[in-house]
Amino acid sequence: MTSIGTGYDLSASTYSPDGRIFQVEYANKAVENSGTAIGLRVKDGIVLAVEKIIHSKLLVPEANRRIQNLDKHLGMATSGFQADGRSLANRGRDEATSYRDYYRQPSPVKEVVNRLSMYVQAYTLYSSVRPFGVSAIIGGVDKTGPRLFIVEPSGVAYGYHGAAVGKGRQLAKTEIEKLKLSELSTREAVAEAARIIYLVHDDAKEKEFELEMSWIGDETNGLHVPVPEGLLAEAERKAKEALETFE
Amino acid sequence: MDHFPTNWGRPRNDAHDAFNTYPLHQRPAPHTDTFAEGVQRTQQPIVTGTSVLAIKYKDGIMMTADTLASYGSLARFKSIQRLHAVGESTVIGASGDMSDFQYLQGLLDGLVTDEFTAGDGDALGPAEVHEYLARVLYARRSKMNPLWNSLLVGGVKDGESFLAYVDLLGTTYTASTLATGYGAYIALPLLRQAVEGREATLGADEARRILTESMRVLFYRDARSLNKFQIATVTAAGVDISEPIVLDTAWGFAEGIRGYGGQTQ
Amino acid sequence: MFRNTYDSDNTVFSPQGRLHQVEYALEAVKQGSAAVGLRSKTHAILLALKRSTGELASYQQKMYRIDDHVGIAIAGLTSDARVLSNFMRQQAMSSRMVFNRPIPVNRLVSSIADKAQVNTQEYGRRPYGVGFLVIGGDKTGPHLYEFSPSGNSYEYYAMSIGARSQSAKTYLEKHYEKFVDCNLEDLIRHGLHALRETLQQDKELTINNTSIGIIGPAGEHERNVPSGSPFRILEGEAIDVYLKTMVPKDTGEAPAPAAATGDEPPAGEAAPAPPAGGDGDVQMSED
Repeated sequence: MTSIGTGYDLSASTYSPDGRIFQVEYANKAVENSGTAIGLRVKDGIVLAVEKIIHSKLLVPEANRRIQNLDKHLGMATSGFQADGRSLANRGRDEATSYRDYYRQPSPVKEVVNRLSMYVQAYTLYSSVRPFGVSAIIGGVDKTGPRLFIVEPSGVAYGYHGAAVGKGRQLAKTEIEKLKLSELSTREAVAEAARIIYLVHDDAKEKEFELEMSWIGDETNGLHVPVPEGLLAEAERKAKEALETFE
Repeated sequence: MDHFPTNWGRPRNDAHDAFNTYPLHQRPAPHTDTFAEGVQRTQQPIVTGTSVLAIKYKDGIMMTADTLASYGSLARFKSIQRLHAVGESTVIGASGDMSDFQYLQGLLDGLVTDEFTAGDGDALGPAEVHEYLARVLYARRSKMNPLWNSLLVGGVKDGESFLAYVDLLGTTYTASTLATGYGAYIALPLLRQAVEGREATLGADEARRILTESMRVLFYRDARSLNKFQIATVTAAGVDISEPIVLDTAWGFAEGIRGYGGQTQ
Repeated sequence: MFRNTYDSDNTVFSPQGRLHQVEYALEAVKQGSAAVGLRSKTHAILLALKRSTGELASYQQKMYRIDDHVGIAIAGLTSDARVLSNFMRQQAMSSRMVFNRPIPVNRLVSSIADKAQVNTQEYGRRPYGVGFLVIGGDKTGPHLYEFSPSGNSYEYYAMSIGARSQSAKTYLEKHYEKFVDCNLEDLIRHGLHALRETLQQDKELTINNTSIGIIGPAGEHERNVPSGSPFRILEGEAIDVYLKTMVPKDTGEAPAPAAATGDEPPAGEAAPAPPAGGDGDVQMSED
């Protein structure tokens, strides 16, 4: 980071001489230091999973969710600042609602993602604001089938078959690439997602974590909901088993 | 600036057509204040639904409304659903203006979506929906711009049955038998006689029979009604709105009535 | 002038992706005196240490009622707390007015967290300088939340905020598994023990410097609790009975009995205030 101390990295509205916007890159740092989130787009739906770092044992398990709903058919998992994630989700809900108000039908996933990415991009233009310190994985099912996107702090948004953000994203991506996503069912994908989160969690360096998962597809009647307790427990059990054989 | 070329260079008197350029553009009328004559808002409903009936029974509440939307005295739309589920534990039924009702459905669907996206397991029950509607309707009438409906709100939540009325003025009340519109005159006495005091023991079959018979009476008496209706049931298990039910009715007796059958005199 | 280049305002990320201004705001919370919150199956309670600015001043209020089913304890800038608690009251009233239902507690906490988040992302407004512990009761039982200026909110079994709150946290972490089955009296005793950990060496909890907030059914020492047992704040004589249940700290010194006796003047009057006098970190605006 040769930029530090040069003064070109103090504002989102300043380019460095070589054309970079350092504030956006620093926002990415906030994401990279945070618990991993992944999303899988499979043949009949989407599975989202988050490695939720437990910073205190006084926390109530399952109460502080990092996967949120944007609409009945839209879910969002974030990595980065929790508060920014909530703020972004609120905007996402507003956009989804606005679409429903105008067109009296559920929004295409892409539409909400496009609008959100423009919103995020606006926070990279001005010195009076800072960029969002989150990367958001947005998944849902619309008329065109299951769709999965990542919105990054720069405002860029791409569609994916498998998505990973946060600290363990590199390893997670490698693992996701091994999957035959287009042949998996959501039920199978739940197990895979759990396994990947357990795999990327660094026991040595990290505090404890809680696995949080949601899914949407034919199994859930097109609603984005948390993975039911029984299935989650089963997936966790398999994940722990797989971890032992993996080592 | 006058933007109509035919007016250029012409006398300002419209009656005078010295250059014979007929047909003439109308000169713009002198601007009048939009509000000079006051603002007139909804004075009456346009496309309307008639009565809604609802009763409490052993397992919850039951509500019924026919599927007709009238345009004045014309039976304009014969397959309009006037019962609407709000979430998992509430149903509303509307009489009055159908476009206002559709607007309210949009509002309520938005609320249900918001409640879902909050993702904390809290959900709106019938009492909350009723309070909300009362707030909306009263606010609108206070702006002299009412939503022209009488609504029944019923449901079951946490083991409690709820049934209440709210109308375009924001008036609310609650009872174990309710009816809107013409039904409040014709059907309500029948419902009261059949239901009051028996709410805790009345079975679903009998409740359905009571409502069906009341709808039959209404169809014979109410000129804005139809012999096709739906019944909504709300129990602890959730909301169920039936497919349209068609009543067999007999009109033989009417042949002898002056104005209906063949006239002899 | 500044400690580093990246801490002058909210809109600057440090190269590590941190927000120094927000982290400084979290320090403001630690300037205020401590508050402790904990919950059992049936109750959620708050305990807070009140400060007074001197012998002529009353003790600063640490707890606020938001609605019948919600109460808060604060640590940090009192004026910021008043702004936020008024907002919470409005939210609570609006829920009762529009839907005729008590506002779900988690949504109430989220609403101020969302408000606080804006002040961490935009230029021109500082982040709030106050932290809350929020207790509330709803269909799923009693709850305890922490709100902080960073815009974060979390639900906890037990938590403490404010000056020297780490000591209280250590106590809570050691004992929290027992709280679930505690009755109100035992829960309060645990709370007092935790709160005591935040005191300076020569200080004690008294009926003047301690507040207790309760959500849940009336305890055996409580009198005249209205039906529905709404949120209530116990202060003064009413808490004497609880202070007396405390187990003396094993400091090797003589056990410190509750200082309060019946003839001590109630809080709010010009009272000789031994716990406050000479307290090095007493500050005018921070409670």
